[in-house]
Amino acid sequence: MSDEKALSGEKVMNNKIDSYKRRFLAQSAVITGAAALGGGLVLTRVVQARPASQAVSSKNRWGLLIDTRKCANDCDACVQACEMEHGWGRGSSDEQRSSPAQKAQWIRKVTLRDRTTGHETSLPMMCQHCAHPPCVDVCPTGASMKRDDGIVLVDKHRCIGCRYCMMACPYKARSFIHEDLHGQKTASPRGKGTVESCNLCVHRVDQGKIPACAEACPEKAILFGDLKDADSEIARRLASEPSTEIRGDLRLDLGVRYQNI
Amino acid sequence: MKPSTFREISGNSGGYWALLVFLGLLIAVGLGAAWYMEHNGHWVTGMNNQIVWGMPHVFAVFLIVAASGALNVATMASIFGRTAFKPLSRLSGLLAIALLAGGLLVLVLDLGRPDRLIMAMMNLNFMSIFAWNIILYNGFFVIVAVYLWTLMERRGNRFTRGAGLFAFLWRLILTLGTGSIFGFLVARQAYDAAIMAPLFIALSFSFGLAIFMLVLFASYRWSGRPLGDDMIHRLQRLLGLFVVTALLFVAIYHLTNLYAAEHRDVEQFILDGNNVYSGLFWVGYILLGSLVPMAIAWFSPFRAAIGWVTTAAVLVVGGGMAMIYVIIIGGQAYPLQLFPGKAVSSSFFDGVISPYSPTLAETLLGIGGVGIALAIVVVGIRLFKFLPLSLEDARVDAHDKAE
Amino acid sequence: MVKRYGFPLLLALLLAAGTPALAAAPLPDIPKAIKGEQCVEDTGFMRRNHMALLEHQRDDTVQRGIRTRQHSLKHCFTCHVVQDDHSQPVTAADPRHFCRVCHDYAAVQVDCWQCHVSIPEPSATSLRGGQP
Repeated sequence: MSDEKALSGEKVMNNKIDSYKRRFLAQSAVITGAAALGGGLVLTRVVQARPASQAVSSKNRWGLLIDTRKCANDCDACVQACEMEHGWGRGSSDEQRSSPAQKAQWIRKVTLRDRTTGHETSLPMMCQHCAHPPCVDVCPTGASMKRDDGIVLVDKHRCIGCRYCMMACPYKARSFIHEDLHGQKTASPRGKGTVESCNLCVHRVDQGKIPACAEACPEKAILFGDLKDADSEIARRLASEPSTEIRGDLRLDLGVRYQNI
Repeated sequence: MKPSTFREISGNSGGYWALLVFLGLLIAVGLGAAWYMEHNGHWVTGMNNQIVWGMPHVFAVFLIVAASGALNVATMASIFGRTAFKPLSRLSGLLAIALLAGGLLVLVLDLGRPDRLIMAMMNLNFMSIFAWNIILYNGFFVIVAVYLWTLMERRGNRFTRGAGLFAFLWRLILTLGTGSIFGFLVARQAYDAAIMAPLFIALSFSFGLAIFMLVLFASYRWSGRPLGDDMIHRLQRLLGLFVVTALLFVAIYHLTNLYAAEHRDVEQFILDGNNVYSGLFWVGYILLGSLVPMAIAWFSPFRAAIGWVTTAAVLVVGGGMAMIYVIIIGGQAYPLQLFPGKAVSSSFFDGVISPYSPTLAETLLGIGGVGIALAIVVVGIRLFKFLPLSLEDARVDAHDKAE
Repeated sequence: MVKRYGFPLLLALLLAAGTPALAAAPLPDIPKAIKGEQCVEDTGFMRRNHMALLEHQRDDTVQRGIRTRQHSLKHCFTCHVVQDDHSQPVTAADPRHFCRVCHDYAAVQVDCWQCHVSIPEPSATSLRGGQP
């Protein structure tokens, strides 16, 4: 019965495409107007926003370039911004009963110390948005997925909470939700029994904005952009300056690259 | 050799019902634990974002691995012509199904969202070993059921060999699949090894046979049916052989890992650490779970001494649990090497050994799975003709000498 | 047969909500939208198909990044808000919530609120007025 309903729903929806098109034209006019007015916000907008009705495409590949020399040891502005944006950690009053080892962390500051010289490097660590993500390969239901534009995320509607992706991730980028949540953000649904991780702020990227961490960094150490657009700042810098992939030996072709590790 | 007469056990004694009530209690407590975990969320367990798979997975993997091994006794008779084991084939098949059902139930009830399992089965990602395992496990039930039919139904007898061979191949692939769950985890120092798959097969032989022997001994003792020394001795020798085989693969696994410099730290952690994993490995698996049972299997004073043979089987099961614990928990406790050669620290436990202390709930869930498996056997042998009336020496094929 | 026609039958009952109750159980009193005269589709169509639209939109959004407002769950709550005695929107934990009123009546449990917020975005209500 529910299949029939879904089918009839689809049929009617097809008939309504014309009305979508009219709406879309009106919407894009509004968006263009808003973009023109919002010229002052240019810093947070890297590209012309893709129309809301258009699917992401493999013509883009979003990524980050992180310059660790600009990353101060005692600064965690990026972490805090992520917490506020997605409603975890200090950005939420949930997860009170979970132990520290059970609480979710989408992004964390990692300190590396050279065992011989004692030199310390600080960097933010999150999902590396691999081109060949092990988490996607192992997920039995296809919940762990990579969008056409290279963003790796969990479709929580399909996640059964088996945690195989957490076993497979080389970067410990994923967290499991160990208890009921109540204070989620509208733009970042998350809940008990499913796995989650950095999604490169898909909801912001889809609106043409940059991820919250990149926006918050006081030193502009995190550069967001389209790795496939040769004219983008990130592509130009990656072409002209040295950069590193973490665990590059695994050949996962990461979307997040680091400098000066 | 005269064909064996198979008969249901009478199952009217107080002892039988007491056993069933006991197993029912284990199951009820296990299901209660699962409900408690699902209702509250996994914060009530010792599992966390570092040790993501815990006690339920130790039980589940052990039961699933043992399930494929339990089928070996049947395989010995049907394919390798060891006719002495032919009377045991039916119990072997039943136990295989029961153990798999118990293991899978634990695995499924530990999921974060078990309510979505059906949906998951309809959207399989065939890149995933897990997805393949869902097919392998379900197929195993069907194939073993068909195999049992060929054994128990006269019209099916002529297909026994074919069905047995197919079931044997299927179980090999199934255990390969279970081992590959770990073998394909390139990121984890302890797992990234192709030998995980054959290692699991080797372990399955000894785990499965040990559980089979315990079930066989108990059911013959409690039903008052005769069990000859010759049969005990054959099983005893076979157990010794399987334990050595498994030990060999474990040795190869650790030696190859020691050879690779990048894995040396994790090997040191498992083998030479001042931690629970080294203790479980050396005392639990090597000494109690392998060397002692081997001694019992081969030294003549213990020949067909049912008390000692039972002890050996119990030790193999206990040692096996210890080994699976070391593989699953120990492998996760050792930190991921994100920056080889560098000392790493963070708020998310990078670079530190993660502690794990299982709570009662997750342990009871695992025990509930054992309860399910045993209950299936206990009910099965009362309803159907799984057990021969007698396994006396005269009935066992004299031409098929134990080597 | 009962299963097949049960749902249309229920809908017919729902549509007749204005007339005095003939059935044994009292019919749900569906809360009125706080603004706008017309839903994103015809009311009857929405009653029958809102779940199909939401599911379709859900996959489009998560998997393909399509974020049109018309059929998005978030957009529902720009109009379908029930306020409590202090003029605060009630969440799905409250039986007065727009979704709950019918779903409780039909005894259909939804799996949305484990993750999704069931009230309008705080900024959305203050900044956006009127229709999209």
